[in-house]
Amino acid sequence: MGKKLTKKNLVLDGVAVSPGIAIGLAFLLHHDELQVEEEEILPDQVASEVEKFKRAVQQTKEELRSIRRRVSRDMGEEQARIFDVQLLMLDDVMAFDETISAIQDRKRNAEFLFWENLNTAIAAIEASDHAFFRERAADIKDLGRRVLHNLLGIKHLTISGIRSEVVVVSPDLSPTDTIMMHRKNILGFATDMGGRTSHAAIMARSLEIPSVVGLRDATSRVEHGETIILDGNKGTLVIAPDEKLLEHYRAEQRKYLQWSSDLAALRDLPAHTLDHQAIQLHANIEFPDETDSALSHGATGIGLYRTEFLYLSRTDLPGEEEQFKAYKSVAEKMIPNPVTIRTFDLGGDKFSMYLKGYTEANPFLGQRAIRLCLQHPDIFKVQLAAILRASAAGNMKIIFPMISGIEQLRQAKEILGSVQEDLRARGVPIDPDIPVGVMIEIPSAVLVADSLAREVDFFSIGTNDLIQYTLAVDRGNEQVAELFDAFHPAVLKLIKQVVEAGQRAQIPVAICGEMCAEPMATVLLLGLGFDEFSMSSVSIPQIKKIIRSVNMEEARAVALHAIELETGRQIKAYLKEQIGNLHPDFLTADMT
Amino acid sequence: MIEKTITVQNKLGLHARPAALVVSEAGRFYAEINLNKDGLEVNAKSIMGVMMLAAEMGSQILITADGQDEEMAIQALEVLFASKFDEE
Repeated sequence: MGKKLTKKNLVLDGVAVSPGIAIGLAFLLHHDELQVEEEEILPDQVASEVEKFKRAVQQTKEELRSIRRRVSRDMGEEQARIFDVQLLMLDDVMAFDETISAIQDRKRNAEFLFWENLNTAIAAIEASDHAFFRERAADIKDLGRRVLHNLLGIKHLTISGIRSEVVVVSPDLSPTDTIMMHRKNILGFATDMGGRTSHAAIMARSLEIPSVVGLRDATSRVEHGETIILDGNKGTLVIAPDEKLLEHYRAEQRKYLQWSSDLAALRDLPAHTLDHQAIQLHANIEFPDETDSALSHGATGIGLYRTEFLYLSRTDLPGEEEQFKAYKSVAEKMIPNPVTIRTFDLGGDKFSMYLKGYTEANPFLGQRAIRLCLQHPDIFKVQLAAILRASAAGNMKIIFPMISGIEQLRQAKEILGSVQEDLRARGVPIDPDIPVGVMIEIPSAVLVADSLAREVDFFSIGTNDLIQYTLAVDRGNEQVAELFDAFHPAVLKLIKQVVEAGQRAQIPVAICGEMCAEPMATVLLLGLGFDEFSMSSVSIPQIKKIIRSVNMEEARAVALHAIELETGRQIKAYLKEQIGNLHPDFLTADMT
Repeated sequence: MIEKTITVQNKLGLHARPAALVVSEAGRFYAEINLNKDGLEVNAKSIMGVMMLAAEMGSQILITADGQDEEMAIQALEVLFASKFDEE
């Protein structure tokens, strides 16, 4: 590891998969250092070599069975099944019988021949064009390593053996590694590879260990034993932090820990204002397994279930059954609380490989979300059927994204109606009165909100897109990102109009998007008349705390005043002052 | 020895679970059964072998069986592939 550049405060960006902040010494966990030498053996050693191999396999089986039991007990049968395939492989002709006959025929050492056999399989699988298959190669390698360790009598270098408190940095983590994590010793983990849906990521979330994956070359930049900072909230890894940065992160960490410990206390308390106005705090989710986190953070519903992930990173489309299972699992876990499911919002910056047609000059103004659905009703219908079937299992609502006018809403509802009729005719159970809503995220929808309101059961404002389309700012574009301002008076006026349209039509208006998780905005939004907020699960306790410390009278006065101010800067300064009076500790460095 | 070409019809292809089903089905017969995809030939009774094919949906697989129950073996595998491994 020679070629390290000066790397003071070097920040690597990855994908945040499990929240929390870890500060500690790096533990570099490499897997591929295992070298297997080819050795000749004498004819009279064959029998003992075969015996040694059989024992190693037997020992590995026992290990796997015990891990399987542990996983099944701690994490459920679903996760435990990963190990069934590994167990099956140990009985395999290719791995087992052929290694033994090779020992007898070729008179070479067991580890060499076994590894050779496995590598043939691994190489073939890794050559596949499909990530889905390639990932299985990691399972075979994991298994191979295990057997080799037993053959060579090496104590496993796995995280379970780590005694001091460290942040693990590894090219990738196998399912076994992740499972062996002990909360006490492992402060966090960072990997070069992996995505949000890898097994390791899912397990880290359920174990609540801060994790960042997809850091590309972290293992070649981090040195074993040096201090690193892992930010599982933002998805970054900081190498060689200076004292100032360390201090900043220690403060962030304290804040996060404080919140998470308050969480338990807050979870079961209602989100009521001081004068007993009940507010619904819902969670935004993307994956069914995030439902657990939503519940543990005190969400009283799923306010926005994004369904795009089902369509990404694959060349085909998800079938009705697959979607049904995903939606139903969320609906069932949330019973009796509501789940608002958004039909897929592809296009913009998320593309399905299947649907990708031609390159658009302005994808955010192009074939996106409901526009794509109306263009491909056959694909849209599959999702609607899956949602409707799942609606029989819980309290579901459907919401259409990117509606810009009443015609699109009518077309979407017509398609929904035909799917409903079809399912009813086939006797499939569905919720016949499933509420239907629209996302208000395009200024034109705000301006025609009165007519939209007459034909839907609810609205939900998507602030991220509403801001982007109102201010004509692409917030991903660094040149203009500064102009992206949730507190721009124009944005607030539009939001207010939507609330009023909802009140006139007597339909509920919810709000989702990052603005909801902004403590500064909470009092303002309450004052504007919102009683349903949806945000990422981790933000719920914080917002609940604020809600529980204001009364509506106060909030209305704040909103009334704020909306009359002329600039976003003035509005923010005013809100900061107001919330500062309520709760000085809500104002932290990054909100300024 | 007899042979037959079949197509992988389930969406996810021969991933771990279907591969395990193929192996256990093949294991019921005495015949030696091989699967060949694009020139790569593997033992149908080996999970690792079947997974090596990395056969996605639409792949053509040539099944060969050699042994007293070869005909039954090929038929059984054909039925299993056609069932799409009960995935959809």
